[in-house]
Amino acid sequence: MSELENEIVKMRGIYKYFPGVQALENVDFTLKKGEVHALLGENGAGKSTLIKVLTGVERPDTGTIEVEGKEVVIRSTQNAEELGISTVYQEINLCLNLTVAENIMIGRAPQKFGSLDWKATNNKARQLLKELDVDIDVTQPLGSYSVAIQQMAAIARALDVSNTKILILDEPTSSLTTHETAQLFNVMRKLKEQGVAIIFITHFLDQVYEICDKITVLRNGALVGSYIPSELPRLELIAKMIGRILNELDDMSKHKLESSQNIKSDILLEAKGLGRSGFINPFDLELHAGEVVGLAGLLGSGRTEIAQLLFGVENPDIGSIKMDGKTIEDYSPLKSIDRGLALCPEDRKAEGIVGELTVRENIILALQANRGWFKYLNTKTQNEIADKYIKLLSIATPNAEQLVKNLSGGNQQKVILARWLATNPQLLILDEPTRGIDVGTKAEIQRLVLDLAEEGKSCIFISSELEEVLRTSHRIIVLKEKEKVTEFSGEVAERKIMQSMAGSEEL
Amino acid sequence: MTQNKVSLSLRKISDSKLVFPIIALALVLIFDLIFVRGFFNIEIRDGNIYGNLIDILRSGSTVILLALGMTLVIATGGVDLSVGAVMAISASVAALMMNPYVMAKELPENLQKLVSDPNFTYAPLWAVLLVTLFISALCGLWNGLLVAYAKIQPMVATLILMIAGRGIAQLITNGIRIQIFYEPYAFIGNGWAVLPFPLYIVVVVFVLLWIFTRKTSIGLFIESVGVNARSSFFSGIDEKKIKLLAYTICGLFAGMAGILASANIKTSDANNIGAALELDAILAVVIGGTLMVGGRFSLFASVIGALVMQATTTSMYAIGVPANAVLTIKGVVVILVLLLYSEQVRNFFRRITSPKKDVAT
Repeated sequence: MSELENEIVKMRGIYKYFPGVQALENVDFTLKKGEVHALLGENGAGKSTLIKVLTGVERPDTGTIEVEGKEVVIRSTQNAEELGISTVYQEINLCLNLTVAENIMIGRAPQKFGSLDWKATNNKARQLLKELDVDIDVTQPLGSYSVAIQQMAAIARALDVSNTKILILDEPTSSLTTHETAQLFNVMRKLKEQGVAIIFITHFLDQVYEICDKITVLRNGALVGSYIPSELPRLELIAKMIGRILNELDDMSKHKLESSQNIKSDILLEAKGLGRSGFINPFDLELHAGEVVGLAGLLGSGRTEIAQLLFGVENPDIGSIKMDGKTIEDYSPLKSIDRGLALCPEDRKAEGIVGELTVRENIILALQANRGWFKYLNTKTQNEIADKYIKLLSIATPNAEQLVKNLSGGNQQKVILARWLATNPQLLILDEPTRGIDVGTKAEIQRLVLDLAEEGKSCIFISSELEEVLRTSHRIIVLKEKEKVTEFSGEVAERKIMQSMAGSEEL
Repeated sequence: MTQNKVSLSLRKISDSKLVFPIIALALVLIFDLIFVRGFFNIEIRDGNIYGNLIDILRSGSTVILLALGMTLVIATGGVDLSVGAVMAISASVAALMMNPYVMAKELPENLQKLVSDPNFTYAPLWAVLLVTLFISALCGLWNGLLVAYAKIQPMVATLILMIAGRGIAQLITNGIRIQIFYEPYAFIGNGWAVLPFPLYIVVVVFVLLWIFTRKTSIGLFIESVGVNARSSFFSGIDEKKIKLLAYTICGLFAGMAGILASANIKTSDANNIGAALELDAILAVVIGGTLMVGGRFSLFASVIGALVMQATTTSMYAIGVPANAVLTIKGVVVILVLLLYSEQVRNFFRRITSPKKDVAT
């Protein structure tokens, strides 16, 4: 087969304009059969838009798309599926109230005598999941399983689309554990052997080097270039993605060392035997002013639960919290804000942003909630606050009146951060603040955490990336199966933490 | 570049909430201009202004009041089906307070005359209004409690009062239609002071509600809760209180509408006052561009929406369409307006107003 025949997708000179942004500008993209092709770039680089163009969600303003050598116009997602393009989106768009099998088979379920053949449907779904090494009861509602399983179901659904020639995985691993990611990679390798071309979007560079044959980098809607991973050292890749060289990681550890001298001896917050049955087992926690405490643990180990209990999203049924020496009586987010707490929730879309509101309104929301119904911030103050944080966190938005739903994921995260910074909190709880965010922004957020600590504020930092927790935290609490296992302070080896996370001595 | 700016501002206009309701209202009025002779005639008698346009505003005032309250409820992502029934309750309460003697089987002679005396009221007018509005607000509060605290789906929760409310209204007046003779009360519904009196009420109430929602954070919180209740809760907004407030205001406004309606027809007709008006109110809000799933709202757009509904009715009567057919034609108008909102049509508008990209590159 010649080189040319091998090319399954060829996009040339793609332009796409959205109100206020040139999302894609003269982008070329070529995908070959049996190739795992990483599509990399910062938030707002245009990855998602390029995928949307390829899957028929958006039409390009200009530019051509060839699939298997033939020029095509992709009008709709069905159209794309007919061409053999199937997608697993970043935000899982499945119905949590339907069963696993229904979610996987919906629209394609086998029929018998004109009605659905449930037995066959369930069997087929079970078999598809088994190929992914997932063995679960497919007749249970999807919502009763973890995000990871939901993600696997989404992939199973995409794979079942007959004649899949091109599979697009938009950040499939951001909520998967190491083991699940390995399973996914096995499946990807299998598909690759069958000649399926895979476009893989991720923020985990390790994974890129592990599985990808080709890397294409986008920046600000324009193509930077396509590379072979073995010829592109990691630092150079990062430099290409963000357009500058990073020494920041080194700076950060120095920064952290400096800030650790700043930790005050008096206790800001003290939780004693705090717990809620079926949610999180009782735990103790002490927080000092100027301190960053990291929560490490696997998905579902109770990290988010601790954050929610401290912030009053859920009420504890045992134990107590003391803040500034005073015992807390009533738990609710509103009261917590009043006490100087802030929580950037894990699920940005469902618990963080208010999509139809503007950037300005989203930023002032918590501050205004704390001020109450009648002490309304006037327009001028609102604009000042919004502009201040747009600048401080370099939020990429044409203006403060843009709807938040139109921003990229990383910028939405920054808006939520701005919302909490605007309330001037004493304790900022960040639950997975860097999930699905590009390298540059990640570093910015980590630096911000240390800056806050230096100002004498405390921070609880939750992340599934251990490296990140290590880099920012003065003290690390390890959780396992809804229980606090142990606590490390000072310099600790990553290995030691991983051991306690896994609860085993080997490893 | 300038062309780009022009098309951008055109796009802004075509994205604004007010455009489609105003286009719809204009279309109805243009229809009248062409097909109804003298529709726009205005007469001045005794210093008061009369005419079809004034009639639209006057008859529309009840639906406008309902639509204003309904806007807040729909913006939180709910709906209130009980406003028609609450109108009936408020009418019954008001009528009973003004003239409880009507209900007596046998009245002493000295009191009999009072029953039809246009200057007699048992309770003073201010007390009548206050108690009536208070009870209507309680009805709204009840809906709000069911929706926000008992977590019953809004449609089901308010359906309860929609059905039970008319029964309650009849219980209040013992099933009797109380005629209202007290003139000052009737003036609220059918009086004129240059313009129809209800208009002044609508304007004042509109301004007050606008200030209450837009000059405080309440409007923002209502929208925030409507878009994403969970995020709002995480941000410290008490979504339950916000919902409770929206339903209470909706009940209060339904009570006002009930007062206007009963004052206009001078009776408390528990069966017919506000019948099916909840649907007009909901449609008015939808025409005003507030999504049924909640979120952004515009009080002014809802008022225009209510006027579209009323203008359609008034014009149909003006050209002599029978009452039954009016409902059908109203349906057609609503469909046309909602078509304007559909993504397809919006995209069509966008395509017209967007810059020609191919030429530029």
